[in-house]
Amino acid sequence: MWRDPVVPLIEAVDVTKRFAGGLGREGTLALAGLSLAIHAEKPSIIAVVGESGSGKTTLARLLLGLAEPSRGEIRYRGTNLRALDRDGRRAFRHDVQAVFQDPYGVYNPFYRIDHVLTTPLRRFRLAGSRAEARQLIGEALRSVGLQPEEILGRFPHQRVMVARALLLQPKLIVADEPVSMVDASLRATILGSLRELTDEHGISVLYITHDLATAYQVSDAILVLYRAHLVEAGDVGRVVTAPRHPYTQLLVSAIPRAHLAREWLAQEEDSRRNGVTPTAAGCCFAERCPLAMPACVAGPPGLYRIQPRRAVACVQYQDHPTLPRGNPGEVLCD
Amino acid sequence: MSEPILCVEGLRVAFDHPLGKVQAVDDVGFALSPGERFGLAGESGSGKSTLALAILRMIKPPGRIAAGEVWLAGQRLADLDDEGIRAVRLAGIALVPQGSMNSLNPVLRIGRQIADTLADHGLRLGRTEQERRIKALLADVGLPQTVSRMYPHELSGGMKQRACIAIAISLRPKVIIADEPTSALDVVVQRQVMATLARVQQDLGAAVILIGHDMGLMAQFVDRLAVMYAGRLVEVAPIAEIITKPRHPYTRALIAALPSLERRGALAGIPGLAPLLRDLPPGCAFHPRCPQATDRCRIEKPMARDIAGAQVACHVA
Repeated sequence: MWRDPVVPLIEAVDVTKRFAGGLGREGTLALAGLSLAIHAEKPSIIAVVGESGSGKTTLARLLLGLAEPSRGEIRYRGTNLRALDRDGRRAFRHDVQAVFQDPYGVYNPFYRIDHVLTTPLRRFRLAGSRAEARQLIGEALRSVGLQPEEILGRFPHQRVMVARALLLQPKLIVADEPVSMVDASLRATILGSLRELTDEHGISVLYITHDLATAYQVSDAILVLYRAHLVEAGDVGRVVTAPRHPYTQLLVSAIPRAHLAREWLAQEEDSRRNGVTPTAAGCCFAERCPLAMPACVAGPPGLYRIQPRRAVACVQYQDHPTLPRGNPGEVLCD
Repeated sequence: MSEPILCVEGLRVAFDHPLGKVQAVDDVGFALSPGERFGLAGESGSGKSTLALAILRMIKPPGRIAAGEVWLAGQRLADLDDEGIRAVRLAGIALVPQGSMNSLNPVLRIGRQIADTLADHGLRLGRTEQERRIKALLADVGLPQTVSRMYPHELSGGMKQRACIAIAISLRPKVIIADEPTSALDVVVQRQVMATLARVQQDLGAAVILIGHDMGLMAQFVDRLAVMYAGRLVEVAPIAEIITKPRHPYTRALIAALPSLERRGALAGIPGLAPLLRDLPPGCAFHPRCPQATDRCRIEKPMARDIAGAQVACHVA
């Protein structure tokens, strides 16, 4: 399947991020050679799922230009972020917006709440007049289910942040754990508004989360990371309902379900020791994998395309076509 | 049914606030059997953690216990003096507070922190006996012996939480209250910690009160669940009943808000926001958010009634 050569809106090309260790300590590998392309003409929600330390937030920060890759590059419309000129940088800041985990931390306590909404309008000169600014803000707030008057009282911070992102009509929103600090009741509303951004406003969303269940509910495609490495990627329905990588399988089975069958605790067995000594070169999951074999510690697993819309980094599937390591490519696209 | 180990009757906690009295826990009553796993679910601000503190008489001013009684194994806790209630804490009822894994002392080794707890509760042990106890406790929660010589920063989140459980069970309590013990942990680690809690609880024969908002976790762990809304218990029923036949509209909403792994597009929120406790709506506190609210709900506060083994405070259930 050959895709048209339209330059992706944003692209991670074999990016590695290593945080230096201090005083002779070994550095930490946060992301190991991941490639990812997000096309503007086909809006979708891509979930990046992993536990703490998996590298998901590092990926978000790299794509937002808040951190620089140790190797590889992030490209905006074909240009390395580092090489963007002033106008290019401005366009990038406009097209790619962020929603962060802590909705309380992003407000400057010295300003009124509407400051976060009026500032971007001013910076990007999106409104010709005050009245127009007010109208744009009103529309953005209403589309996330808020009344403009409401935001001075007890307002749901995170929805204001989604409204702010929407106000700029960006092409991509990078949402890093946007619902991990909100209650179940609000969670659905916020995730619902992310879905609307994609379906109605044509904005792609990179949904970074530790929660496989919400990823399943809102996203189209999914990347599963484990300790800086891509382990499985593809269509979210397939990956979540029939995971193939042993780590994804563990992750899915560890979610407690509201079922009568109480198999959850019984399934718990200490999976941290299987007698395998991990090696730096081998599979990142080898020491916890129930299926680990000598090949797993000998070298890194390839990335195998086991279905048109699924790639798994596990030697079990080595009979399938090989993809470049860390690059799911069109497996993520429809 | 055996004698209850813990009995809570008509418990009310009030906070005096310049803008008016806030009733954080309102007429809450339940009884726990020995060894029972009891869940307490609700959104943040529903009064779950306050209820836990009230059981242990740990409410600080401006909050106060306005009414009600707590009985532990036939002993009325209100009758105890300060020294007496201090003895009940940990030895009778152990609380694993929310975020407790971050309250370990960062400059003391884990073994020392366990030893301090024992000493603080009047257990004078010889050095060898103390070592033996610490090792046994660490083994109980599935931690290697070496953890005794380690500092909190050397442990992962799951290991810290297990260390907290080790401290909680150090005096063999009859009731363990675990307030969101796994809220900061990844799912795989969450299951390990909950399995640890289940095992030590069975070994001790202790009852557990699990506080949380994850209905999936409740379904997999507790025997009976109480659903709390705006300081009141709105439904108390065996967990199988709650899962198959939730009676209170709020319980149904909580279950529906849990993202499904079977069906896509089934994510439902609970409309509106949790009410402010100092400004509760009249009648049933849930009526502004309830899809089934009637005129009666807007005027008359529903009292708990028995419906086929469940206690439900709802006019329309």
